[in-house]
Amino acid sequence: MTGGLSRRELIAAGAATAMLGGCGRSDGLNFWAIGNEATALPPILSRIGLTSVDVQPLPWSGAHQKLLTGFAGESLPDFAQVGNSWLAELAALNAIDPVPAGLELGTDHFASVLASNRIGGHLVAVPWYVDTRVQFFRKDIFARAGYETPPLDWAGWKAALTRIRLQSGGETYGVLLPLDEFEHLQTMALSGGAAFLRENGTRGAFSSPEFREVLGFYKSLFDERLAPIVTGTQIANRWAEFARGWFATYSSGPWMIEEMRTRLPAPMQALWGTMPNPGPDGAGAAAPGGSSLVVFSGGRRKRETWDAVRRLLGPAAQLALHRATGDLPARRSVWREADLARDPVVAAFARQLELARPLPEVPEWERVVTAMQVVADRMVRGEYTVRGAAAEMDAQVDDILAKRRWMMEQGRLA
Amino acid sequence: MNRAGIRAERRAGWLFSAPALLAIALFFVLPTIASLVLSLTDFDIYALADIRNLRFVGLANYGELLGDPLFRTALGNTLWFVVLGVPLVVTVSLAAAILVNERTVAWRPVWRVAFFAPYVATLVATAVVWKYLLHTRYGLVNYALGGLGLPPVDWLGDPRWAIPAITLFVAWKSFGYAMLIFLAALQTVPRELDEAARIDGAGWWARLRHVTLPAIVPATGLVAILTIIAMFQLFAEPYVMTEGGPAQSTITVLYLMFEEGFQWWNLGTGAAVAVVLFVCILAAALLPALAMRLWRARRT
Repeated sequence: MTGGLSRRELIAAGAATAMLGGCGRSDGLNFWAIGNEATALPPILSRIGLTSVDVQPLPWSGAHQKLLTGFAGESLPDFAQVGNSWLAELAALNAIDPVPAGLELGTDHFASVLASNRIGGHLVAVPWYVDTRVQFFRKDIFARAGYETPPLDWAGWKAALTRIRLQSGGETYGVLLPLDEFEHLQTMALSGGAAFLRENGTRGAFSSPEFREVLGFYKSLFDERLAPIVTGTQIANRWAEFARGWFATYSSGPWMIEEMRTRLPAPMQALWGTMPNPGPDGAGAAAPGGSSLVVFSGGRRKRETWDAVRRLLGPAAQLALHRATGDLPARRSVWREADLARDPVVAAFARQLELARPLPEVPEWERVVTAMQVVADRMVRGEYTVRGAAAEMDAQVDDILAKRRWMMEQGRLA
Repeated sequence: MNRAGIRAERRAGWLFSAPALLAIALFFVLPTIASLVLSLTDFDIYALADIRNLRFVGLANYGELLGDPLFRTALGNTLWFVVLGVPLVVTVSLAAAILVNERTVAWRPVWRVAFFAPYVATLVATAVVWKYLLHTRYGLVNYALGGLGLPPVDWLGDPRWAIPAITLFVAWKSFGYAMLIFLAALQTVPRELDEAARIDGAGWWARLRHVTLPAIVPATGLVAILTIIAMFQLFAEPYVMTEGGPAQSTITVLYLMFEEGFQWWNLGTGAAVAVVLFVCILAAALLPALAMRLWRARRT
């Protein structure tokens, strides 16, 4: 090598840059964001004057693990975006700081979202954006069966699906309920008023009459061939199947709006709409979802971090996030000011959010519903009766919650 | 060599192998012991929060595993994968190796590349293609079955067919590597023996049975051991094809360990699964080794 740098010099220069990079990171606040939000955030941050925040993007599929390993390895950032269903777990780890009094926005948040962020009497995270599930349905298929929109009571809803099935000569299923997705049964159980857990979240309550009725309704949809017996992994392309008319309605979240608009062909765009979920007698419930902002207890600059959270919740930042990602703002005042419910597709979400019901706040929740769905899947395939499935769910969930019961008995849990 | 010389040589031997031994102790022996200890506790998310919530539970994790229908399903599925997959991979790779070793076959380099390509292709990309091939309504496999007048099979959706379908995918993905081992072994078979047998009037089949196969027994044993280990450690294929479904019918032991340990953070149970798997693999891999020893003893 003549004239240029020698290999050794290059390595030394590389190492020095890496070290400088390492130092450079430490004077901004570190923020872990997930999925679309992570991509959309940097321009929003500079617009609201938070240039000192370093955003590290995580994929949704790996974020939960990353947070837990981050805790175990003491390498959590100053603050992060966290899926609402993980909050109980992080609170059990004492990993997050309670929200200071000045940041409690009270009734400006949706009540059910706020309730699910309140653990052991403390608000542990500020809702950042909200989501829930509503029905995405094919207007033309329902119209052909004589319905302008899907009926909202279970009996009427099921009658509509039956007519659709008959009219199509078996080509079209009424509803898609992938057997590996617990959200559909969870939504029905919330609508049917079932409690899931009893005795302070230490035992399963799946044998309650309410849950058994929901389970029977769920099973009947498959038994009467109104829903196909498939898992989500078997469906290569949900949008293509929806456009092809393989099913008439499917429950999903706000992220689906953008997907529908970009993935469905132009002639399909006028043919789909959204409606709240059906319930036993009128519009049903749903789980309040979305993400919240948490500040980790291990951080050293709490005051600065909470100030960043406050700015991210400002109306301008909330609206900018909505424009960039389609996320629904957590603050009701922002909904009113921007008149978001004017869009009929979004209006169904606004209505459903007011009807949302919080889920039990136990760290084992994800495991509980996964076990519930596995048993439900096997019930649909004929392995259990409704009564037998409910008993099996109770047995499995009691097992999952054994450690929690012990913690309660020892007085180690509040 | 005198006694002092032997001692010096022994010392030098230890010194030279020390770095490797240290690495093995640090990265293999120590973690193995640690997970053995971990498997005797109920380490979970509560223990992660406060180590005082950790309970020493003795062999309870193992007892629970043996009583857990899911673990029995996983173990049964894994054994089913081994029973289906090992003979399939050994036969297919041997057949492929014989084919590309035959001098009369044209375009041999092309065949070799074609057979080996699946092994180097990305698993996730090939899984997507296979998912389409096996699709109930649009898949090529069911299209071919329809051509033969057979009813369509719900390959990845029917609990009875999901394991054979995934085994097929695994065999297609991995037989190229075993083929390479067989090919290397086939090229060491003395050509004189083969020609002598031919002159004596032995046909193709007789030469394969009495000349080629006895010469490549060690390679067959190696391929069998490697395939058994790979089949016991099956994880990525069911993970990308079915995520353990339908109705957990394709969950494997390693998949269960991943779920317990990393999804639910039950490191105690996860470690117990790992220990059981370790014992299973050790036992199963010893079988071909034992068979080969017997075969050799009989021959001499």
